[in-house]
Amino acid sequence: MPANSQLPTNEAELIKSVCDGKREAFYELLRPYERMVYATAMSVVKNPADAEEVAQEAVLKAFANLASFRSESKFSTWMLQITYNEAKMKLRKARSHLYESLEDQQQTDEGDYYPRDFADWRPIPCELLEQSETRQAIQNAIASLSPCYREVLILRDLQNLSIKETMIILGLSKAAVKTRLHRARLLLRDTLAPGMDGSWIKGQDYRKVRRW
Amino acid sequence: MALIEISCFEVWREISNYLDQEITPEMRERMEAHFKTCAHCNAVLDGTRNVVGLVGDGRLFQMPEGFNKRLYKKIQDAP
Repeated sequence: MPANSQLPTNEAELIKSVCDGKREAFYELLRPYERMVYATAMSVVKNPADAEEVAQEAVLKAFANLASFRSESKFSTWMLQITYNEAKMKLRKARSHLYESLEDQQQTDEGDYYPRDFADWRPIPCELLEQSETRQAIQNAIASLSPCYREVLILRDLQNLSIKETMIILGLSKAAVKTRLHRARLLLRDTLAPGMDGSWIKGQDYRKVRRW
Repeated sequence: MALIEISCFEVWREISNYLDQEITPEMRERMEAHFKTCAHCNAVLDGTRNVVGLVGDGRLFQMPEGFNKRLYKKIQDAP
């Protein structure tokens, strides 16, 4: 998929090209955000195959509805909003056999959360993330967060989206974004800090991820 | 004016906002004064900062192989 030099480079013009029937332009428009679309889907459905399916469905939906996009928000925000909603829908379908979906109850405890231990956690050696065991341990810890915390964490800390963008995509207030992010970070810290005693570096199995 | 001291509880509550620079300059100053003397709060701060760094590291999260090719094809085949 080489970049097509005959296509415009700015978003507004790319959007116009797509609306004028140039399908190639849509891929150019989307290319910078592919990873974000996938990560947003993953924040909800957790499983890579489902996330890919959600990403594809969301992209096709955006393609079909691009004419209705108003540039009040950024294209990326709009795209991720569609992705988030598609992912929620997929989850709901998958759980439709249940009388009540736990995920939809969005159990949140907005009260204060305090650290559980005070293990000293020095700066992380850069090579730590080169090890697949470490990456897996961190991914498991993120996956074990309640959805309401995981979604905010992935948008803010993994994708570096602003508080404002996160509010729009998830439909949350500023206070809710901040509280949930705060809690997600502290929960992860409580979970991951005990593994920092060197067990990861020695390549031992990581067994200390606690569920909550 | 003398700095008003704050408790560890108050520091923990604001630690995420501190990292995101979502606090007032006064609060920042009070927290920084606290960090100078409190090992517990320093441990929490370092750990929370590490979490943000780890989650934001591009190596953590990899796309499935062939993702973009399959997506491209979906767009090509769309009605």
